[in-house]
Amino acid sequence: MANPSTPEAPELHPGARRIIRVGAAGKPEIVIDHWQRLVDGDPFPSLNALPVLVSLERAEQERPALEHRLGTWGIWLAGDADPEQVAARVLDRALVAIAVTKFTDGRHYSLARLLRERYGFRGELRAFGDVLPDQLSYMRRCGYTSFELARGKSLETGLRCLDAFSVSYQGNTEDPRPLYRRRG
Amino acid sequence: MYRYDHYDQVLVDQRVAQFRDQISRRLSGEITEDEFKPLRLQNGLYMQLHAYMLRVAIPYGLLSSDQLRKLAEVSRTYDRGYGHFSTRQNIQYNWPRLQDVPDLLAELASVQMHAIQTSGNCIRNTTSDHLAGVARDELVDPRVYCEIIRQWSTLHPEFAFLPRKFKIAVTGAPTADRAAVRVHDIGVRAVPGRTADEPHGFQVLVGGGLGRTPRIAEVCREFLPREHLLSYLEAILRVYNRYGRRDNKFKARIKILVGALGIEAFSEQVEAEWAQIRDGAMQLTPEEFDRVAADFSDPDYAALEPSDLFVQSLALSKDRALGRFVASNVLPHKRPGYSIVMISLKAKGKPPGDATAEQMELVAELADTYGFGRIVVAHEQNLVLPDIESRHLPELHARLSALDLAEPNIGKVTDIIACPGLDYCNLANARSIPIATRISERIEDLDYLHDLGDISLNISGCINACGHHHVGNIGILGIDKQGEEFYQLMLGGSPSDDASIGKILGPALPSAEIVDAVANVLQTYVNNRESADERFLDYVRRAGFEPFKEQLYGQPEHA
Repeated sequence: MANPSTPEAPELHPGARRIIRVGAAGKPEIVIDHWQRLVDGDPFPSLNALPVLVSLERAEQERPALEHRLGTWGIWLAGDADPEQVAARVLDRALVAIAVTKFTDGRHYSLARLLRERYGFRGELRAFGDVLPDQLSYMRRCGYTSFELARGKSLETGLRCLDAFSVSYQGNTEDPRPLYRRRG
Repeated sequence: MYRYDHYDQVLVDQRVAQFRDQISRRLSGEITEDEFKPLRLQNGLYMQLHAYMLRVAIPYGLLSSDQLRKLAEVSRTYDRGYGHFSTRQNIQYNWPRLQDVPDLLAELASVQMHAIQTSGNCIRNTTSDHLAGVARDELVDPRVYCEIIRQWSTLHPEFAFLPRKFKIAVTGAPTADRAAVRVHDIGVRAVPGRTADEPHGFQVLVGGGLGRTPRIAEVCREFLPREHLLSYLEAILRVYNRYGRRDNKFKARIKILVGALGIEAFSEQVEAEWAQIRDGAMQLTPEEFDRVAADFSDPDYAALEPSDLFVQSLALSKDRALGRFVASNVLPHKRPGYSIVMISLKAKGKPPGDATAEQMELVAELADTYGFGRIVVAHEQNLVLPDIESRHLPELHARLSALDLAEPNIGKVTDIIACPGLDYCNLANARSIPIATRISERIEDLDYLHDLGDISLNISGCINACGHHHVGNIGILGIDKQGEEFYQLMLGGSPSDDASIGKILGPALPSAEIVDAVANVLQTYVNNRESADERFLDYVRRAGFEPFKEQLYGQPEHA
C-alpha cells in the first residue's frame, strides 16, 4: 500500500526501486535507488550513467569494461562468502550488497560484521533477497546500512521495525562497546 | 538476585511491544506463518498437538517469591491453573491464545521476566546448578556469569539465526556438576586459578548434547581467564554460525561440527577467531563483574549454631514421613544452622514437573516465611527452597505435606525426568507421563524406594530426547512399532562429572511390560549389589548388563 508521505518519484528506468537507507545522521529513510544488480551474463544497462552491482567474479573478469562505463560499480556477494577471501577485493567499493537467500540462514550476519569490524569496509553495505522487516534491526547492528526488502514487503513496516529497540546489550559496528561499558 | 535496571526493563518492555506488533501483522496476514514461526519461537511460543504452548524463561532457575506468585497468577488467567517446569529450568504454559500472548508477556515484564529465546535456532536460556550460592562444594557463584551470559546472548544480532538451537550451562562447583554441563552445546566449568595469585577462570567444554546423536562434550580450552568469557563464547558461536551444517536439521547442532572436525581442529578455529577479538571491547570489566556479583551476594543470614546433627536426628525421627523427607529432600547448606530443602514435583501419580497455582503460591509464601523469598527450579523438574533455618524443617514439612509437596523421593528412582510425550507433543512417538506415573505407583513401598538409593530414571517419548533418557541411570525411550507404543530400556547413563551415555539393554518392550521390566531391573540390582553403599550406577558399571539381561529376558547370552 502506498503511503502518500513517502516519495513516489517518476520511474526513471525499470530498475529503480524504493529501499531503506540509513542517512548521514544515522536515520533510516525510504529512498529511490538506482543501482542495477546484474546476474552474471546480464548485459550492462544501456543507460551508461546507471551504477551497477556485479558479482565478484564478474567484477574481476570485466574490470576494464566496468571502468569504462560512466556509472560507478559495486559488488554483490553471496551470504556464505568467506570474508577472509573476499574482503580485500571489495574494500574500495562505495556499495557492497549481500544476498540473503533465506532469512533463516544467519551466515550473512557474521559476514557483514567481519567486513565492517575486521576488514574496515566503510562504504554502503546492503542486504537484498529474502530481507524481511523483522530482521532489519539485527542487520543494522551487524553493519548493514541499506535494505532492499523482499518483494511485497512494506518499507513503512521496515522503518517501524528498525525503531523497535532503543537499548541493546551488545555493541555494534559503529560503537563496539557492550552495554556494560555504556551503562550510566 | 539480579534486579533489572532501567536498561534491562526498557528492553523487555520494548520486546513485548515488538511481539504485539508482530502478532497483529500475523493476524492481518501481512506476515506469513513461515515468516512468523521463527519470530514466535524466539518468544517461546510453540505450536503443540492441540494448541499453542508458551515457554517462559527462568534464567538459571532463580525466582523471587513475587515472580513465582506472578507465574501462578498467569497460570490461572491464561492456562488451566497449572504450569509445567521443564528440564531447562523454565516454565511452560499450555493453551494460551495467540492474541492473549502480548498481555501475558506484559504481565511477566512487570516482574522482570520474559520468554525471549526460550525456543528457536538461537542461544537459549543459560542453565546452572540449582544449588548455586548455597552449596558447600561451590568455588564461585555461577549465577553471576549466567546473568552476564544472559545479557550478552539476549537479542544478539549475529546469532539469532544459527544452524540450530544452542544451549549453554554453567557450574561453579568443580567437583559436583549438577548442571549437566557435559551434555550441553557449551559447558562452562569454573576452575581455580593456575597459580595462587590468579583468580578463578573457566574450563570450556563444547559439543555435548542428547537428541538423535548423544555426545559428551570435549574440552575446547582448559583455562579461560574470566574477563575473556564473552569473547570466547562469541568466537565459538561465530565459528558455529559460519560453518555449522544447514543442509540437514538433524546434523545441524554444534556437536556434529565438533565431531566432523575433531576437537583439536575445532578448537584451533575457535582460538584463531578468539585471537582477533579477545582484547577488544568485550573484555569483562571489573566494574561490571562487581555490579552483577553484588546482586548475588548472600542474604542476611543469622549467626546460628551448626545444625548437621539436628538434621540427622530428624532423619531418624519416629515420624517416618518427616524422617524420610529429611533423609532424601534436605541437603546441607554452606551456612551453619541452615538447610536446603528440595520440593519434589514428582508426587505419586502426577505428571513430573507440574505444579498447580495453589502449590506455586504456597511455595512462594513458604519462601517468604522461612527463607529469603527465593525459589530455584532444578533441571530435574523440582523446586528448591535454598535458605531454610534447620529448626523450621518439621513445620515446613507439615505445610508442604498439606498440598502434596512433600514426596520424599529426591534423587530416588521415582524422581523421574520426563518429557511431555505423546499426550502433548506432536513429535512424540509414545506417551511418557503415563509411564512415569505408573512407575511411581508401582514402587509404592517407601522403605524399598529409599533402600534403592540414588537412581535417576529419565523418559523421552521420542529420539529428540527432551526427557534426557541417554543420561538417566535408567533411560526409557518411547518408539513406534507399527502404530504401537514400545519402549527401549537403557542403563548406565549419567549427566554429571562422570558423564556417560546409557546403552540399550535389549529388545524394546510393549507399554504393558515396561513397568514390570523396570521393577525387574531394580530387583536384580538389589539382589546383587555388594552392599547398600554400592549405587545403582556403580553396580551397572561393575557388573555389566548380563545379570539384568538374564533376569529380564531369561536368556543368559553365553549359557
